Amino acid sequence: MESTAHAFKANARAAVQDPQLKRALAHVKTGFIGKRAKAVARLPEFEALCDAARDIKDHTLEHLDLYLERYEERVTAQGGQVHWCPSAADAREAVLDICRRVGAKTVTKGKSMIAEEIALNEHLEANGITPIETDLGEYIIQLRHEPPSHIIAPAVHLTKDLIEAEFRAKHTELPPERSLSEPRELVDEARRVLRDSFLAADVGITGANFLIAETGSSVIVTNEGNGDLTQALPKVHIVVASLEKVVPTFEDAATILRVLARSATGQEFSTYTTVSTGPKRPEDRDGPEEYHVVLLDNGRSEMLAGPFRDALRCIRCGACMNHCPVYHAIGGHAYGWVYPGPIGAVLTPSLLGVEEAGDLPNASTFCGRCEAVCPMRIPLPKMMRHWREQEFERHLTPRPARWALKFWAFFARRPALYHFGAGLKMRILAACAGRKGRFRSLPLAGGWTRARDFPAPQGRTFQSLWAARRRGRRA
Amino acid sequence: MSETRPRVGLFVTCLVDLFRPSVGFAAVKLLEQAGCTVAVPRAQTCCGQPAYNSGDRADAQAIGAQVIAAFAGFDYVVAPSGSCAAMIREHYPALFAGNPALEEKSQDLAARTYELVSFLTDVRGVTGVDATFEGRVTYHDACSGLRELGVHAQPRRLLASVRGLSLTELDDAEVCCGFGGAFCVKYPEISDRMVTEKVECVERAGAGTLLAGDLGCLMNMAGKLKRLGSAVMTRHVAEVLAGMTGDPAIGEGKGR
Repeated sequence: MESTAHAFKANARAAVQDPQLKRALAHVKTGFIGKRAKAVARLPEFEALCDAARDIKDHTLEHLDLYLERYEERVTAQGGQVHWCPSAADAREAVLDICRRVGAKTVTKGKSMIAEEIALNEHLEANGITPIETDLGEYIIQLRHEPPSHIIAPAVHLTKDLIEAEFRAKHTELPPERSLSEPRELVDEARRVLRDSFLAADVGITGANFLIAETGSSVIVTNEGNGDLTQALPKVHIVVASLEKVVPTFEDAATILRVLARSATGQEFSTYTTVSTGPKRPEDRDGPEEYHVVLLDNGRSEMLAGPFRDALRCIRCGACMNHCPVYHAIGGHAYGWVYPGPIGAVLTPSLLGVEEAGDLPNASTFCGRCEAVCPMRIPLPKMMRHWREQEFERHLTPRPARWALKFWAFFARRPALYHFGAGLKMRILAACAGRKGRFRSLPLAGGWTRARDFPAPQGRTFQSLWAARRRGRRA
Repeated sequence: MSETRPRVGLFVTCLVDLFRPSVGFAAVKLLEQAGCTVAVPRAQTCCGQPAYNSGDRADAQAIGAQVIAAFAGFDYVVAPSGSCAAMIREHYPALFAGNPALEEKSQDLAARTYELVSFLTDVRGVTGVDATFEGRVTYHDACSGLRELGVHAQPRRLLASVRGLSLTELDDAEVCCGFGGAFCVKYPEISDRMVTEKVECVERAGAGTLLAGDLGCLMNMAGKLKRLGSAVMTRHVAEVLAGMTGDPAIGEGKGR
């Protein structure tokens, strides 16, 4: 998808004024947070498991080359093929080449953020191949020609009535008297339409939650079973995954799985955890004839060497955005690209450049809730601050903000001058406020006073009152 | 409590110094009641957090070095703010890592620095205060104090000892109020949404007074409450614990 991360401020302004979005986002707060908290409370060893999960990923990242080579070796030994793709364009082409070679007309897709990152649907459509999203949320936003607004709940920005309206508009054969007011009925309707697509698809594309180095397997977790049908029914299965998805063993994946669903949806485990290892073997009753892994780098090996390495531990559970008050206010689309919320504020500048996405790591109060719930212990605020440092060093910080900071720092570094100037300024401000105790507007403080009053200072500064008190005591 | 009086350097914080010196005097009173000798170094301005969080490491380090020098020699450094205390305690060591002159000193200062209310309870063993406040209050857990310093039970424990006071818990008390330093003016629409939701929770709590331990958050919430015409009064928790609530609440006038 085309990034609008550079227009974050305008995006955010529009988002906070959207009443429908506000209603939809209320579910993020009420749903995910409480469910996660209950799931975590039920597992006394949750925090210890998070430490173990972090250690597994740290170890893997430390030896990533080794595990990726091992993984490829095992995939090849099972009769599959790994396609190494340095860039998004390489990955798109790799998928298209396979689809063309087998003469594919339609492909079914399980949910994949990497497919979003490489803008796969647009590329397939432009080349005459029809991609069909089979995850319910993804299916809904595909109907609406929208990008996902959340990494695990792509249609979370929509309310039920909007989805019903969309189905009625697009499913033209749907009898008007059919009830679609319950979520269950919406699921049934999507399932009815998708059933034929599963059977007709020439290629099935899934993402991967884990790539297992010891066996060459890929693992996906889903709640709808659509991933299983996507990868088992067509002649060709393509896994699109980024290289940090690899873990050494199944045991390692099992450890991380114990924190993944709990952090994401508050489930102990997702409904389906599906392993695929190579194409159909002679003794298998079903499965694809071809098995491909399109392995994407797209800037990740560079992240490995720099200050953002810890972000590669991310398992895409979405807990950071589920708990982010900024995400709650503006939703995912305002972030302008594939990954919203705190992890997006770290990843998007890494993958697209901080010139494009410089606002994202700034649009945080550093409240720290994301880091507190991240099961992989990613220090998200610290990484956002790293981006701010890079922006400041490279003079990408907006000039008025930079000047204001330099002006303030000039005084803050000179205590005597500071106390003199501040004392004077506070007395003037207090005098201007008079008996009201606050300002409805103040020159240069429009950002504050448009939405709230500005409390007036009490008058004299603490330092001057303290000095007077000490003089009084001595006298 | 120990026999010798520990020497405490009060880190006033820039906002308390400029806007609400009464919080500083409340802190001094509480520290003295807890058996400390309090001094206020004049060579302090700010902890450097505005520069640090804006990516300006050079100025943050210069200001931090000033704080390290000004507070050398105190047994403890105490700030009536979780945010500034966390800056010194949690972030100075990272800010000065690899700096041969200041790395150790920053770690030493960090280990001596506390947020006011947690210092009173966790270090000085204070279990109650001698104060009266008639009315129902609610309490907002400011982010840095809560998540970086673990300040949560301590203010509630001390508030429980205030005569006449009853505490009603705030819904989403641990959710950010939308202040965030420069955030509130850089992203005013997002900040406004956040503080609007916060004051809705405050109104729902039905308490007459809103308390918290950080003046930035308090000014943000008070500003929004007053803009909306709310009758809720906003105060720093230290004012109530010290029994120093004679001054008008934050954003309130003198002659209404």
